[in-house]
Amino acid sequence: MGGTLAAILSIGFHGLAFAMVLYLISVGLSVTMGLMGFVNLAHGVFAMLGGYVMTGLMNRYGVPFLAALALAAIATALVSIPLERLLYRRFYGGEELDQVLLTMGLIFMSVAGATYLWGPLTQHMEPPHWLAGQVDLGFRSFPAYRSFLILCGGLLVIALWLGLERTRFGAQIRAAVDNLRMAQSVGINTSRLFMLTFALGSGLAGLGGGLGADLLAITPSYALQYLVYFIIVVAVGGLGSIRGPFFAALFIGIADTAFKYWLPGLGAFFIYALTMVLLLWRPQGLFGRA
Amino acid sequence: MRGSFSRLFAGTISAAMFAAVSLAQGQAQTTVKIGIINSYSGFVAQAADEMQKGMDLYVKLHEKDLPPDVKIEIIKRDDTSNPEVGKRLAQELITQNQVQVLTGVILSPVAAAVAPLTAEAKVPFVITNAAGVSIPRMSPYVVRTSFTLWQECFPIGKWAAEQGWKTAYTEVSDFIPGHDSEAAFIKGFTDSGGKILDSVRYPMQNPDFVPFVQRVKDAKPDVAFLWVPAQTQATAMMNAVRDLGLRDAGIHIVSAQDLLPDEELPRMGDTPLGLITAGNYSTAGDRPANKAFLAAWKAEYGDQSIPDFFSVGGWDGMAAIFDLTKATKGKFTGDEAMAFLSHWKNPDSPRGPIEIDPNTRDIVQNIYIREVKRVDGKLANVEIATIPLVKDPWKELNPPK
Repeated sequence: MGGTLAAILSIGFHGLAFAMVLYLISVGLSVTMGLMGFVNLAHGVFAMLGGYVMTGLMNRYGVPFLAALALAAIATALVSIPLERLLYRRFYGGEELDQVLLTMGLIFMSVAGATYLWGPLTQHMEPPHWLAGQVDLGFRSFPAYRSFLILCGGLLVIALWLGLERTRFGAQIRAAVDNLRMAQSVGINTSRLFMLTFALGSGLAGLGGGLGADLLAITPSYALQYLVYFIIVVAVGGLGSIRGPFFAALFIGIADTAFKYWLPGLGAFFIYALTMVLLLWRPQGLFGRA
Repeated sequence: MRGSFSRLFAGTISAAMFAAVSLAQGQAQTTVKIGIINSYSGFVAQAADEMQKGMDLYVKLHEKDLPPDVKIEIIKRDDTSNPEVGKRLAQELITQNQVQVLTGVILSPVAAAVAPLTAEAKVPFVITNAAGVSIPRMSPYVVRTSFTLWQECFPIGKWAAEQGWKTAYTEVSDFIPGHDSEAAFIKGFTDSGGKILDSVRYPMQNPDFVPFVQRVKDAKPDVAFLWVPAQTQATAMMNAVRDLGLRDAGIHIVSAQDLLPDEELPRMGDTPLGLITAGNYSTAGDRPANKAFLAAWKAEYGDQSIPDFFSVGGWDGMAAIFDLTKATKGKFTGDEAMAFLSHWKNPDSPRGPIEIDPNTRDIVQNIYIREVKRVDGKLANVEIATIPLVKDPWKELNPPK
């Protein structure tokens, strides 16, 4: 019995860590999709970029882990601004098919570009020594790096929630998601708001890509390889919310890990089946508005 | 009217001259067209890069050894890790580019899609990786210079049983080479008296292996056989082994070389220390031919670049094609090429002596049992035992009907 309990604890813990990485990467996608109605399939490209920047800084220039992580998020956010100004904004309010074609094209360009710049090899992420090994919580020890992931994910959820609920910027975003025309007519500069939100979402993806590099390996085909996971989190969570993707990521991360554990033969299939059932039940997602 | 006549006349003259010139060139020079199908993009792009570098290096170092009037022309195509694309590219290479030899291919599903075409077109197909055990039986024009997973996993199963380990748990990726390695290990282990507790197959591209490794940990076998395709999946698997403390729980791990590719070892921390795998090539191999190969590799690709078994498969595949070109002065039919290739030998490959078995057209080579040790401060797959000249055991156990 002790063995079973230990296994459940272990599955829950590792599923949680996986969920946090999914959440960090997907939350930006959810907000930008809800806010601008833009189907940005290329969101994973920003996560990949964050991963490349972070591993590059650490491995090549010996930048410490936390500094490299922060720089990865900032660099990704900065790169996303010209992209938004030059490419994305032309398609706001346009046909969804055009948006999908544009962003799929961006994904393929990112695959070729990353292969050209960094080569086809996986970028290795060596956790800093203070996060290597295990942390002992008294009753049981857990891998330090994954514990750190969970901690970061938890802190970010709180920070984002406070930011959205308690700041002026957050209020503007909520207003624009609720009713874009009304927000514009009360004098909110939505164009600037879109740009900043897009940069924030991309920066978060970069942070998630860097933090999660140990779990979702940084390779040129990153944006394509993990696309399904990001899309599921957003679809299940519902567009435009901060809470939605959080619970969806928890659900996907833990359910995926648990089903693979209990029924390894069918496990990889279960989250797709569950996603279908959930979406049939609530097509707008768990926290999306009908 | 007159204008068009003189244009026609001039055209005829120039066409005749062109024909004469190309005829003269044809006498002076023979060009052998080689089509390479490789996964330059997609989820095995890293393996493809290793293999391509091995091929390119061989060509660069040995192009001067070709007969003076023989040239080779290499046409590279990207199958994007997709069997359908690979098949279409093979068709184009055969019918449009009229290649005389097809080579390359990382993935067994791609090789299985291409092989039937080579039987129709009678074009020799030198497979430099794709290890699916039955592929050479799909076409009499297939010859393979890499390995089969039966060559590696059958001996490691036997070896594990000989350590006194009674129970085993197998986990493999759910595609052709995973199935081969699972069957081979189970046969080797149970033939020597071992017992299999359970066998699990996970998806081909799996991000996190924790749930699967946790199952092994719960089952407490003496030994776990874990097979994943090399590179990202291997590192992800070793991360899960590290995070769950599988080795601290007293469970031994064995595998084929794919779990610990030489170029990924530096990325795996200390977790692999002491792990045992069976393979056909390690950069730590103590042979003069390997030392020379490594020196040439570092000179070409830099000190940081590390070759692996994909590279050596590509290198030896090119060696076979070059030997064929030299022996025939670049003029051969598909059947003549196969007569040569299926008896091809190289006593001095970087991986040791190799030869093609004329009956199966598959490679015969030494299989090394390797242990991960620290050599000069870095981890290396050190060869601790050699099983000389192993033929593919599956083909011996399953003779053609």
